Amino acid sequence: MKALETILARKGLIDPAALDAIIDTYENKIGPRNGAEVVARAWSDPGFLAALREDATAMVREMGFYGRQGEHMVAVENTPERHNMVVCTLCSCYPWPLLGIPPAWYKSDAYRARAVREPRQVLAEFGVHLPKETAVRVWDSTAEMRYLVIPMRPAGSEGMGLEALADLVTRDSMVGTGLARAVT
Amino acid sequence: MSRVHDMGGRFGDGPVTPDAEDEPIFATDWHGRALAVTLACGALGQWNLDMSRHERERLSPKDYMRFSYYEKWMAGLADLLVETGVLDVADLSSADAAGAAQADGSHPLASRAMAAAAVPGVLARGGPSARDSDVVAHFEPGQAVRTRPRSESDLVAGGHTRLPNYAAGAVGRVLRLQGAHVLPDSNAHGLGEAAEPLYAVVFAASELWQAPEHPRDEVVLDLWQSYLEPA
Repeated sequence: MKALETILARKGLIDPAALDAIIDTYENKIGPRNGAEVVARAWSDPGFLAALREDATAMVREMGFYGRQGEHMVAVENTPERHNMVVCTLCSCYPWPLLGIPPAWYKSDAYRARAVREPRQVLAEFGVHLPKETAVRVWDSTAEMRYLVIPMRPAGSEGMGLEALADLVTRDSMVGTGLARAVT
Repeated sequence: MSRVHDMGGRFGDGPVTPDAEDEPIFATDWHGRALAVTLACGALGQWNLDMSRHERERLSPKDYMRFSYYEKWMAGLADLLVETGVLDVADLSSADAAGAAQADGSHPLASRAMAAAAVPGVLARGGPSARDSDVVAHFEPGQAVRTRPRSESDLVAGGHTRLPNYAAGAVGRVLRLQGAHVLPDSNAHGLGEAAEPLYAVVFAASELWQAPEHPRDEVVLDLWQSYLEPA
């Protein structure tokens, strides 16, 4: 790794300072807090939610969350009837501008292989147990469309502000392997 | 038959191990460097996203399975750099790369190197795959469609395609038209973007699996028009 970086830098093909800037972006600037802000707003503002259903890309772009690996966004809403969950069986496609770089489990063979065939068993490994009435819809990200799950709004969160609501939204709840945090 | 990366539905992988939400983004420093070098080299403009995906898929099954995630990225990148002539094998095999001669920065592509100041703009612009296209959409939401019988490229033997094996020859229903998008099967091989309509297609789990977990469970895939026929 270091050798390849050194050769490329010596030839003037990469600028080590640019590498630092890329790493800093994904370590410190772009992460699941962006997605959580979108979810909190969708929970609070029916007009925003309606617009998000129509054209999620435009709405998240307005919030400043557009970019690489999030060029074509679709928001999918969890309800008591349907739970949505996202995977990329062929590689590791993930909505970077909203959730950052995917966690190791998302990129693991076990998740890629099993999420489409036995999503409920996989959910159980995340501690999530769905009622029988809830159907599971798994989205396999085979193209450049990127999916953001809008988890169900937790009971008892009525009247909470955007900031407090965003605190309830976990990364996993926006991939569909988790639920939003309960209000304590 | 497809390649080793096409693992959806496979048995035998064991449990998924969730990470804590506050786990570091990059488990070690070199993971971050690997991601950054890959993005920075992409900016040299010598290949596209579909080519870089295909390069990782083309690793031998043995290497693909034993390499960690970012090892696959590095192996794919090294192969791309050599195949496109950006580096030659001698560059990569010099045993003591750090001590190699001439820090000259005189590579013909050096003027294209991404500067630190350009990083926010490049990441924010992204690389949309939607295109204006005059290919007529043949299917509409609600319509039943069947996927190709095999998860193989019909353009290049063993070539890139985004129809997973588990969904080959399956009947589903069009959920939505996603617009026209660059066709990876073509673009990955330098055969042009060949944009065509892309659809979200929903399949009953019972259509895909011998023992679905629940009668109402479903899987949705984004599939290009040429992967589909009316059912």
